This record gives sequence, C-alpha cells and structure tokens, in this order.
Amino acid sequence: MTTQETIVSNLADVPRSNGGGVETFVLNVGPQHPATHGVLRVKMTMDGEYVLRAEPVCGYIHRMHEKMGENRTYAQFLPNTSRIDYLSAMTYTHAWAGVVERAAKIQPPPRAEYVRVITSELNRISSHLVWWGAFLLDLGGFTPLLYAFDDREMILDLLERITGARLTYCYYRIGGLYNDVDEEFIEGTRKFVHHMRPRLKMYRELVTENIIFRKRLIDIGPISQEMCRKYGATGPVIRGSGIPYDVRKAEPYSAYPEFDFEIPHFREGDSMARYLVRMEEMAQSLRIIEQALDKLPSGPVMAEKVPRVLKLPAGDYCYAVEAARGRFMVRIVSDNKEIAYRAKLRTPCLSNLSLFEEASQGMLLPDALALMGSLDLVIPDIDR
Amino acid sequence: MRNAVKEVVSGFYSLIVGMRVTIGQFFKPIVTVQYPHETLKIAPRFRGHIELVLDPATGKPKCFACKLCERACPSDCITVEGAKLEGAKKRSVTAYHLDFTKCSLCGSCVEACRDGAIRFSRDYNLAGWSKEDFIMDLFKRLELEAQAASPEKVDGRAVPGLIAAQDAAHQDKTKTDLK
Ligand code: SF4
Ligand code: SF4
Repeated sequence: MTTQETIVSNLADVPRSNGGGVETFVLNVGPQHPATHGVLRVKMTMDGEYVLRAEPVCGYIHRMHEKMGENRTYAQFLPNTSRIDYLSAMTYTHAWAGVVERAAKIQPPPRAEYVRVITSELNRISSHLVWWGAFLLDLGGFTPLLYAFDDREMILDLLERITGARLTYCYYRIGGLYNDVDEEFIEGTRKFVHHMRPRLKMYRELVTENIIFRKRLIDIGPISQEMCRKYGATGPVIRGSGIPYDVRKAEPYSAYPEFDFEIPHFREGDSMARYLVRMEEMAQSLRIIEQALDKLPSGPVMAEKVPRVLKLPAGDYCYAVEAARGRFMVRIVSDNKEIAYRAKLRTPCLSNLSLFEEASQGMLLPDALALMGSLDLVIPDIDR
Repeated sequence: MRNAVKEVVSGFYSLIVGMRVTIGQFFKPIVTVQYPHETLKIAPRFRGHIELVLDPATGKPKCFACKLCERACPSDCITVEGAKLEGAKKRSVTAYHLDFTKCSLCGSCVEACRDGAIRFSRDYNLAGWSKEDFIMDLFKRLELEAQAASPEKVDGRAVPGLIAAQDAAHQDKTKTDLK
C-alpha cells in the first residue's frame, strides 16, 4: 500500500460521484494481493473509502503464449493450453485441439467427444469450486474454502486417474484423447455426481442463504447489459446480467448438441446474480455429465490417420469453447506449414476485467473487491 | 416495520441453518491425510519425470537413440546420444540427458517413443539444493539403479534381479495401468 500526496494519474476526467473530501490518494491493490488471486495490480485512486478510479495494470505474468504458438508445431503447443487458464485446462486444450481438427478435417471418434464433454464439465465444476472458496475467502469467510476443496479433491483424483496430472492435464490430443477412460473412472464419476448434488444444497444452506453474505452482495457492483456488450464480457458475467449467451448453445461444438441442459441467467446484474449463475451452472454440469455417462459410446478414442507431421492447409480458422470464465477462442492463420503463422488466443478474463474500471467507479473499496471477486479473474489468463 | 422484523427473523434463521451444517461436520469422517506419516497411492498414470526402460532380453536400455523424443519435446529438455556398438544391429544409447528444470511433464516424449523405451518414473520427492540437481543423466541413473540392485554386475549383461528391481519401482503401475 502506498499513499501519495500528489496524484500521478489524470484526475480531470474522474467523476466525483461521491463528493466530500478534496484529498485523494492512490492505493495499490496487488500485484500481490490475496483478493486478486495472482499478480494483477489495480491502481486505485481513492477518495477516502470510495473508489474514484480503478485502473488495472496487467502484464506481470505475461508468458508470450501466442508467440509460443507461432514457433512450435501444433501438437507441441498442447501443453501450453493447460497453462493459460490453469483452472480450466481441459476446455482450453479442447479449443486448441478443436481448431486444428477443424482445419485439418480430422473427426475425433464419438467416444472421444463424449469423454471430452465429461472431463470438461468436471473441470468446470472444479473451477467454480475454487472460485467459490476463494471468493468467500475474499469476503471474509474461511470455512467454505475447505468444503470446496474437499469436493474439488474428488474431481482432481478422478482426473488424475485418467490423465496423470492434477491441474495441467493436457489430456486431449489432436484427433482424440491421450488415453481411454476406464470403468473405475466412470463409476467414480457417477459416485461424484451423487455426492455433489446434496453438497450443492448444503452450499446453499451454508452460504447462499446466509443473511450476512446476501447483504454483502445484493445490489453490489451492478453491470448492465450494455456494459457487457461494450467490453465483450462473456461467461457468468454476461449471464449474470440477463443475457443467456453460452458458446455451448450459441455455437454448439463437440458433443454438446446431444445433451439437454439449460443456460442459467439472472437479470439483476449484481454480484449476487453472478454468484447464482455459477452455483446453478454446477448443477447443470452435473446434469450433462450424467447424460454423457449414460450415453457413452464405445469405440476408439483416437481418430485414424492423424498425420505425424501435421500441416494445416493455408487459411484462417477459429474455434470457440465455453470455458469456466467465458468464451475462449483460438484463431489460427496458417500458411501451409507445420507451424502456425499466427495464433491468436481470445481469453475471457481480459474482457471481463476491462469493465472493472467503469463498473467500480464510486464504490466502497470492500464492495469493489467483492465485485472483482465476482468476476472470477484468473490472472495468467489475462496476461497469457 | 413488519418487513424489518421479518428480515431479522429470517436472517437469524439463515444463520442457524448455517450453524447446523457446520456442527454436522463434527460427526463426519476426517478427510485430511497426515502427509509425511501417511501417503496416498500414486495414480496409475502419474506423470513423473521420464526414465529409461530396460530391455529384459539384453539387460540394456531399450532406447536406440532415434531421437524422436528429442524432437517431440516442446521445451528442448532431452539430449540423446547414441553410437553403433560393434556387432549390434541397432544403435544404442550412450547418453541421455534430461533437463528437468524445463520439463513441463507433458508426456510428448513418452508418446513419441514408439518402442516404449522411456516411461514416467514414480519419483515425486524431488527437492534439491541447486539447479544442477535437476539436470539428470538418465543413462547413469539407470546404471546406478542397476548397481544398487545387483552389485556383482559389471559388464551390462542381463541380470534378472535388476529388471525385477526396476519393475518393482513400477509395481503398482504395471498392476493397475489402464492401458
Ligand atoms: S515430458 Fe514433455 S517437456 Fe518433459 S521431457 Fe518429455 S516432452 Fe519434454
Ligand atoms: S527414448 Fe525412444 S524416442 Fe527417444 S531416442 Fe530412445 S528410442 Fe528414440
């Protein structure tokens, strides 16, 4: 924390929404602040307890993932995708594998698509659980984190069983999967679904209905639909503002069209709405997993004839997936070489963060942090 | 006024419900594993750093230095050197270095090797004091393993005890491997 007498940033255009004091100071939140879950720095110009302007400063964990995508073969980039948003490693790998498959006209076998859906949804639940625990930690409740990690542990054990890793799975391959799933995984996943439903009810009793928690979130940090559109927000943020936009329905990919699920959305646009969207999404993911397990086809998990040396025909290819935080899209421009000419990664957190400056104006500092928590930011995803 | 009273009552009730959940936890089994004293079983597909595999027929590493793994590795961790020994049909490996500091445990190398000459080891206690500790000579590691298993072995001939020892390290892997 630093305080300064004189202000560095241009205050001329800062609206004095909460007047009173004349003296302002700059407060640095981060880059190592527990509320940001990573190395995000937010330069806050404060008027007492009120935020006049919050300016996110990105780039502390920039690792040039896009550039790396342009200097290695398509298969070699796969491990990177797990590390962009380390909490939704599966979905990110899905996008990369998907774009290459689309370009090379490789069709993964149905079993692989189903397993991709199952593991992606498990991954989404585990990601939301981390968010849930960490968000409540921001708001001052410690115990929920332990409940969340207890359940998340089950998912990690299941995924570790089939992938060999607990976080950076790198499980999908161009044309299919690294390994097939076994009976034990299927049984374990079924057990987990049965275990998780009562847990979600318990979460509701423990936290969602808690009066202190509700008072802390309802009407805090409203984000309008217009603001969502302006900044390109996606995922639970836009659905919390009442727009039922979900890539799984809007641009169906993989095996998603074959499942019956809803897109939870809430009109209020406040932090509570975003919270409820994620809680509801976990229940929907369980639904998808259950259906996928019931319909799981047998067969191979790897497409035949995936060339060892993969050259994509010249052209421009896109593939979008719904990650836990919103729309993740990969765009590859190929010039008929083994290596992409351009690899663009459109990550949801950057757009979701960019509306923070406008949305947090005039808020109390603790409320602004509650708003930031409800955006569910993963910093490596912002910086790439 | 009435609304305010209602809110206080329902608010209180919500806190009591939450308390009930918390108290219920006292009667649930403990899930924490006391790590150094107890350990969990390693997952069958656990991706540790790689290690060379012995060929049971010859007692030498299976690897014949084709360098496919070296090329597949996205992070340039692997350096393989091989030579054609006298009388042998294939090349054989003479040095196999792994720079574990750069390795992302992605497994591309294991997949690239068509002969199953490398696999994931099951070591996870890998703390070290310096960076050099993680630049591993896998060929030497295998030799040391061999010596530890059967000290009398000198000329790299097939020693059944040694292969058994290397497999013992992988025991639960071979038993439960999904493939
Ligand atoms: S696991 Fe991946 S990064 Fe590590 S040596 Fe093998 S190919 Fe290279
Ligand atoms: S480990 Fe396998 S891929 Fe690597 S050099 Fe040896 S035989 Fe070739």
